[in-house]
Amino acid sequence: MLLALLALALVAIVLAAPIALRRAAEWRARRPARSSTSGELDLELYDPGRERRAEQRARELLRSCVNAEEWGMYRDLGFIRVAGRHARREIDRGRGARPAYAYLVYPHKPIVAYVPETGQLLSEYCVEFPDLTGHGGRHRLPASDDVLAKWMALTSDEDRVIRRANMHLVGRQLDPARVRRDLWRLAEWERRRGNRQQVSPSRR
Amino acid sequence: MKPGHGEVLLAEGDPRVQEDEERLIEEFRRQLDEGMWAAVPVRNPGSGRREAQMVKEYADIPPDSERVIFFPRASGG
Repeated sequence: MLLALLALALVAIVLAAPIALRRAAEWRARRPARSSTSGELDLELYDPGRERRAEQRARELLRSCVNAEEWGMYRDLGFIRVAGRHARREIDRGRGARPAYAYLVYPHKPIVAYVPETGQLLSEYCVEFPDLTGHGGRHRLPASDDVLAKWMALTSDEDRVIRRANMHLVGRQLDPARVRRDLWRLAEWERRRGNRQQVSPSRR
Repeated sequence: MKPGHGEVLLAEGDPRVQEDEERLIEEFRRQLDEGMWAAVPVRNPGSGRREAQMVKEYADIPPDSERVIFFPRASGG
C-alpha cells in the first residue's frame, strides 16, 4: 500500500514539474520588469555635493544673463531689483526712465513690489516654478535659478507672471521691517557704487 | 533649468546645419509640450540693458541667439 502511494506521488511530481517550471520562469521574467516600472527601487544615491554644484552652475548662468549692476546687487545683497514697466497713475507717464514701481526678487521668497521714490511697500507676489515632469518627487530650482526664472519672467512678460502669482499685502510671508532694511541696504549699496541714478530700469 | 538639478544641457548644434536644426526644433517642441517656458537672454537695442524675451515658436528665436533657456512655468506659490 505504501509503495503504491509513493509511486502515485512520484507520478504526480513528474506530471506537475513542467507546469511548475513554466510558472517559475514566467515569475522570473516578470520580476525585473515590474521593479523597473514601479519605481519603488529606483532610488538615487544621495549626493551631498549635487545641490552645491547645481547652485554654482546656476550662479554662473545668472551672471551671464543679467546686467552687471544686477549681478553685483545679487552677489552683495542677495536680491535683484527689476523695474516695473507700467504707469501706476496718469502722472507717472511723464517720468521718463524712472519707473513708477519696482520689484525686489528674492530666491525662494515672494517678489515684493514697492515705490522706489518713497520706499512704500505695495504688495508681495508669491510665485514658484514647480517641477512639471513628475519625475523624482517635489524638487525646487537652485536659489540662483529661481532668481533667474523670476527675472526672465518679469523682464519678458511682467503681466503674465504677475497674473499667475498669488498677491498679498506685504507681511504675509516677508517681514516688512526686513524688506525696508533691504531697501536701505540697496540705497547704501548704490551710494557706495557712486550710482547717482534713482533707479535704472531693467527695461526702458 | 531643472528642479533639483539646476542647469541641464538639452541639445546643442548649429541651426544653419539642417540635421542640427531638426534636432533643436524637436527638443524645443518637446520642452514646450512638457509645459516649460522658453526665454532668450537679449540686449535691449535702445537701452543696451539685458532682458529676456519669451519665445513660443522656434521661428521666434532671434537668429543671433546663443542659447534658449527653458524653465518651469510660474504658478502661484
